[in-house]
This record gives sequence, C-alpha cells and structure tokens, in this order.
Amino acid sequence: MTPGTTTAACAALLRRDLLLAWRRRGDIAMPVLYAVIVTTLFPFALGPEPALLARIAGGVVFVTVVLAILLSLDNLFRGDIEDGSMELLMLAPQPLALLVGTKILAHWITSSVPLIVVAPVLASMLKLPVPAVPVLVVVLLLSTPLLCLLGAVLVALTAGSRRSGMLLALMLLPLCVPVVIFAAGAVAAAQEGLPWIAPVAWLGAGLVLTLVLAPLASAAALRIAMDT
Amino acid sequence: MANWVPLWLHRLGSPPVFYRFAGIVRPWALGLALVLGAAALYGGLFIAPADYQQGDAYRIIFIHVPSAWMSLFIYGVMAVAAFIGLVWRIKLAETVAMESAPIGAAFTLITLVTGSLWGKPMWGTWWTWDARLTSELVLLFIYFGIVGLYHSFEDRRQGARAAAFLVLVGAVNVPIVHFSVNWWNTLHQGSTVRLLGPSHIVASMLWPLLTMMAATKCYYIASLFGRVRADLIASEGGKAWVRDIALADDREAA
Repeated sequence: MTPGTTTAACAALLRRDLLLAWRRRGDIAMPVLYAVIVTTLFPFALGPEPALLARIAGGVVFVTVVLAILLSLDNLFRGDIEDGSMELLMLAPQPLALLVGTKILAHWITSSVPLIVVAPVLASMLKLPVPAVPVLVVVLLLSTPLLCLLGAVLVALTAGSRRSGMLLALMLLPLCVPVVIFAAGAVAAAQEGLPWIAPVAWLGAGLVLTLVLAPLASAAALRIAMDT
Repeated sequence: MANWVPLWLHRLGSPPVFYRFAGIVRPWALGLALVLGAAALYGGLFIAPADYQQGDAYRIIFIHVPSAWMSLFIYGVMAVAAFIGLVWRIKLAETVAMESAPIGAAFTLITLVTGSLWGKPMWGTWWTWDARLTSELVLLFIYFGIVGLYHSFEDRRQGARAAAFLVLVGAVNVPIVHFSVNWWNTLHQGSTVRLLGPSHIVASMLWPLLTMMAATKCYYIASLFGRVRADLIASEGGKAWVRDIALADDREAA
C-alpha cells in the first residue's frame, strides 16, 4: 500500500484506533456489562412471568443496546480531541469525511459488535422465542451502525463542550425513534410469525443513506465545533 | 453581496439598524396580535356553529390548529435563518434562529396539551402513539435539543453555529409531521384546510381559524423581535451603539 494515499491513511487510522481500543480492552467490556445489568433489572422490576417477558424481550434488548451505544459514543472523538490528534486529522490532505467514517467504523467494531454477540444471550434471558433471535441479530447488525453514524454527527456537534452526556441523549433519542420503531417492529413481527422483511428493508435503506451522508455531516459538524 | 438583494434588507442585517426597526415594529405587531386574536376567539367561541358530531367541544380547534401551524412554521423560519447563518455567517440570522427556538417549543407544547385535552372527550384517551402525535412530540424534543445545545457552549456564536447545524439535521421531521396523516393510518384526522384548492370546512369556522393564524404570526413577530433586541444588547454589550442607547436611557431617567 503506497503511503500517503487515501486508502493508506484510512487503513492506518483504523489500525491505530483498533490498537488503542485493544490496549484498553477492559473498556470494551463496559457497554456489554451495562447491557447485561440493565436487562437483568427488568425481570426484577416486572416479575419473572415468562409470557410477559417474552412480549417485551425484543424491545427491551433493543432499547438497552441503544442506550449502551449512547453511553459509549462519548469516546468516539474525545480521546483524539484531548491529545490534539483531531486537529491533525482535520488538517490532513485526505477528506475529513473519510477519516471520520473510518473512526466510526473502528468505534462500531469495538463497541457494537460485542453487544451484537451478547444480544442473543440477553434475549434468551428475557425468554424471547427462539425463531425471533436471528431476526434480532440481523436487526442489530443493520441498526447499530446506523445509530453509531447518527450519534457521530451529534457527538461531533458537542465535541468541544464538556458537559455533553445528557445533552447528547436529548439530541440523539428523537432521531433514533424511527430506528427503534422499525427494529422493534421487525422483532415483534418475527415473534408473531408474520413477515418481518419490510422493516428490515427500511433499516437497510436508512443505513445506506446514513452511510453516505453521516460522515459528511460529522466532518462539517467537527469543523463547526472545533473552530475556536 | 448579490446585487438583487435590496439595500434595506441588507441594512437590516446590521444589529443597531435591526434594533431600531424591531423596536418600532414590535408594539404594532403585539397590538395587531391582540386585536386579531380577540376577533378570532369571538368568532370561534360565539359565532361559529356547534359541530354536528362533537358539539361545542370542537372549539379548542381555534387554539390547537393555529398553534400546530406555528410549531411547523417557526421551525421553517428557524431552518432558513440557520442556513443563512451557517453559509453567510450573518450574526443576526444566527440570533433569529436561536431566539425562535423557545417560541417554537412553546407553540409545540401548546399544540400537544390542547390536543390532549381535545382527545380525552373525543377519542377517550389523553394520548395515543399514532404518527401525527409521535412526530409532533419528536419535534418538541428536537426544539429542546436545539435550546440545550445552544446554551451548552461558552462562545455564543460557536454555540449558535452548532445549534444551527442541529436545526438543519432535525428539519427532516417537519415534512414527516405534515404528511404523517397521509402516509400512515392515524387516529388524528387528515387535513381539511388546504392551501391549494377548496377547504372541507364551513366558512363560519374557517375565518376564525385563519384570523387566529394571522394573530399567532403577529405574536411570533412581536415575541421574536423582543427577544432578538434583548439578545443583541447582551451580545453586543461592549459596542458603541449599545453604550449610546444605555446613556440615552440614563439621560431620560435622570
């Protein structure tokens, strides 16, 4: 790979982000532990009756994953802003949108993939019927990148400011509502034995649209927020 | 600046000129809003006939529908101002966008509350998760997010630019709210008042509705101009024109 090309830059950035995450691999476990603990709260809160748990299982697992992603989104740009690498990335000759897209990819790999791996376990803890579990995994595979991309735009807007946690939630959750509706709808349809491909197709369409637009929007938002 | 922009419009972009202009317009806008509002309420509460299905309970429409129109209209104004502020960095556009957000949020809240009050006797429920109500609630959250983001920045102009970006991102919700009754099977009724074509509503109910629409627009102008004036004084505090106004006020008081 010729150094200095866009491909080389993105590959190097991806390798760097994954290496940095691996060096703090304890942090990768945090969203997973959070999801497990929150999921186990529901049987305590609502009672262990299997019929009730099966009805809410898909929705609860999905919302828990959304919240876990929300909590881990803060780490997307914070490390780079604090040590100054973000400014170097913004000055790089490669398009910032591609570099940001690579960062989001690395973030998705380190924060969402463990959640997707553990989601079937969570779902069976909440007694989700077995035929619906593969649909849940498919839905998570499509919706977690979508949420990471949407979240990246909003995290980029709050990049400079300190107290961003609750504000990020306030901004992101209204925009996540369609994702939640389609994802939970697909799992619910699969539970009833009804066709579930339509909401999944909507999620796919949303993912493709966000994949193209969100890195551009994040790059623009970063330039606005870092422009001190 | 482009040659087709009239000079008076260009001049209005200057804070001291806009401050003076807004100060003149505001009392008239407020007065007009009160007069039109009173006329609309009188027409809606006393003159318009009772609905054949809903009786007199439908009369909340004269608050609910104009508020709903305003919640979307203000977002549209905010989006245009945000776009101008982001592209051309005109300070007044950023100020207009940021000061419109709380007004829009208030109208959205009024829409949701009056809708809820109307829904209880008519639909039997205070709330339902149908497309129109849910998307209007999402609009309220987006308004709150814009206000929150703007106030979380220390640098006022940087905060305005970030919040302006969020305004544009959230603008996708406005057509969703408007077309939700066409695209989905909703409990909320479809549109009866049309911009292009005949409206499916009797004239005696239509004119108070349109008068109240004009009244709320005048109120929005009055409220916005008042807020923008206050914001300009606050943000331009060190400038000579603000000092002159403060000194003039002191001299009047003395």
